[in-house]
Amino acid sequence: MSEINSKTLESQTKSSVFRRRVFGHQGVMIGAAIVLAAVLIALSAPLIAPHDPYYQDLLNRLVPPVWDSRGSWEHILGTDHLGRDYLSRLIYGARISLLIGVGAALISGLIGTVLGVAAGYFGGRVDMIVTFMITVRLSMPVVLVALAVVAIVGGSLQVVIMVLGFLLWDRFAVVMRSSTLQIRSMDYVAAAQAVGCSTTRILTTEIMPNVVNNLIVIATLEIAHAIILEAALSFLGLGVQPPLPSWGLMVSEGKDMMLFEPWLITIPGVALFLLVLAINLLGDGARDITAPENRN
Amino acid sequence: MLYYTLKRLGLAGLVALTVSFISFGLLYISSDPAIAMAGETASDADIEAIRQLYGFDRPILVQYFDWLQRAMSGDLGKSYYFRTDVSALIAERLSTTMTLGVSAITFAIVLSVPLGVAAAIRPNSVIDRIALFLSVMGQALPSFWFALMLIVFLSVTFRLLPTSGSDTWQHFIMPTIVLGYYAAPAIMRLTRTGMLEVLSTDYIRTARAKGLRPRVVLFKHALRNAVIPVVSLTAVQFGFMLGGSIVVETIFALHGAGFLAWESITRNDLPTVQGLILVFSLFYIVLTFFADLLNAWLDPRIRIN
Repeated sequence: MSEINSKTLESQTKSSVFRRRVFGHQGVMIGAAIVLAAVLIALSAPLIAPHDPYYQDLLNRLVPPVWDSRGSWEHILGTDHLGRDYLSRLIYGARISLLIGVGAALISGLIGTVLGVAAGYFGGRVDMIVTFMITVRLSMPVVLVALAVVAIVGGSLQVVIMVLGFLLWDRFAVVMRSSTLQIRSMDYVAAAQAVGCSTTRILTTEIMPNVVNNLIVIATLEIAHAIILEAALSFLGLGVQPPLPSWGLMVSEGKDMMLFEPWLITIPGVALFLLVLAINLLGDGARDITAPENRN
Repeated sequence: MLYYTLKRLGLAGLVALTVSFISFGLLYISSDPAIAMAGETASDADIEAIRQLYGFDRPILVQYFDWLQRAMSGDLGKSYYFRTDVSALIAERLSTTMTLGVSAITFAIVLSVPLGVAAAIRPNSVIDRIALFLSVMGQALPSFWFALMLIVFLSVTFRLLPTSGSDTWQHFIMPTIVLGYYAAPAIMRLTRTGMLEVLSTDYIRTARAKGLRPRVVLFKHALRNAVIPVVSLTAVQFGFMLGGSIVVETIFALHGAGFLAWESITRNDLPTVQGLILVFSLFYIVLTFFADLLNAWLDPRIRIN
C-alpha cells in the first residue's frame, strides 16, 4: 500500500514539476499561443477568410487597411495591386508557410535522424562517411543551390518542400549523432547488447526514446528555418509561384509600391516575423524544459 | 601538428571534389545546356549541332572530368549571357562581396562580443535580458524584409542613405547591417556561454584570489580563453554569410558575386552558376580549414585525437 502511495506521489511530483516548468516558462507560453493561433487559422482558413484570396477586384485595387482614413471594414487589411483581399491572402498564406515548414522538416528530419543515429551508434567507418556527408552539405551554399535547383526544375509548393527537405538535414544529423553517441555509452545499452537484443531493437527501444527530446527541439527550430528560407526564395521569385499567397511572395509583390503603400510589405513581414519568432521561442523553451542543463 | 595539417588538408580537398561533382551533376542532369545556348527560336538541328560542338552529348563523367581539369587551371568556361570568361567575371564581382562580407562580419563582432561579455559578467541582469531579447528577435527577422524596412525608414522617410548601387561607402551601410545582424546572435550566444564557463574555472578564482584587478582577470585571463571557439564560429559564419549575400545584394543592387548569382540563375547561365557554387563552397572550405588549424594550434587536445 505504502509502495503504491509513494509511487503515485513520485509520478505526481514528476508531472507537476513538468507542468510547472511548461506553464512557468514565459517564452514557451507566448510561443505556444502564437503557434496554436497560426495552426488554427491555417486549418480553418476557408471558414474565417472574409473573401476569396484569389478573387481579383480590379476596381478596388490598393485599398489601404482599415486604420487608414481611406480604408474600409470591407477589406480590413486592404487589397493588393490586383484588388485581392489582403487579410484573406494572409490567412491562406499561413497554410503555405506551415505546410512548407512542417513538410521540409519531416523530410530533413528523416534523413538527418537516420544518418545521425547510424553514425552515432555504429561509429567507425559509418561515422566517418556521415561526418563527411555533413561537411560536404555544410560547404554548399543553401540559398544558392536552392535557387538554382528551383530555377531549373520550376517553382512549386512540392518542389520547394523537397529542395528544402534535402538541404536542411545537417543540424538533425549533427545533433542526433552526438545524442546517440552519449546514449550508446550508457549501461542499459550495454545490458541490452549483453542480453542479445537485436540492433533494430536496441535502436528502437533503447536509443530512440532517449534522443527524441532533442529531435523535437531541432525539428521545431528547423521548421522556423524552412519557413524563413521559403519566404526568401519566394521573395526572389524562385520559390512558390503566383498566384499562391505565400508571405514572401506578398512582400515581393508589394515591394514596388512600398514607398507609397508601406503596409503592403509591413503586414506580411510582421506575420512572418511573429510566426518564426513563436516557433523559435517554442523550440528554445522545449530545450530549457527537457534539458535545463543545456540552457546556456 | 604537421600530421594533423596534412590530414585536414586531405579532407578539405576531398570535400571540395565532392561538392564540385554534386554541383556539376545537379545542374547537368536537370537541364539541357544546348537548348539554353541555342535560344528559343533554334531548330532541332541547331540544338543538335551545338550539343556536338560543345560536347554535351558525351557521358556525364567524361564531361565532369573535362570541366574539373579546366576548373583546376582556373578556367570555369564561358558565360552564356556575358560571353566572357566565368572566372574573370566572378573575380571582378567578388571584391564587392568581400568588402560587404568583411564589413558585415566586423559589424557582427563589434555588436555581439561586447554584448556577450557583458551578459556573462552579470547573468540574468538587465543587460543579459536585453542581449537575449535581441538575439531571439534577430533570429526571427527575415533578412529580405529587414532590408526593405531599412530602405523605407533610412532612405525614404529620413533620406539618410542611398537605396541601391555600390558606388560609395554609404551604399554599403545598410547591406552591412542586414548581413551582419544575421551572424550576430550566434556569436553573441557563444561568447556568453564561453565566458560563463571560463569565469567559473579554478584559474580565474586563483587570479582573483591573488588580487589581480578585475579588468585584467576579465580581459587577459578570461576573454582570451573564451574567444577560441568564437573565432572558429566566426569563420563558419563568414562562409555562410557569402551565401546569404545573394538576398542582400539583390535587394540593394550591389554588383557583387551574390547579385551575379541571382542574375545568372534567372538567365539560365549555367557555367556562371556552377562557377559561383564552386567558389562559394571553396571559400567556406578554406575558411573552416584555417579555423580548424587555428583551434588545433591553440588546443593540443584536438590535434592528438
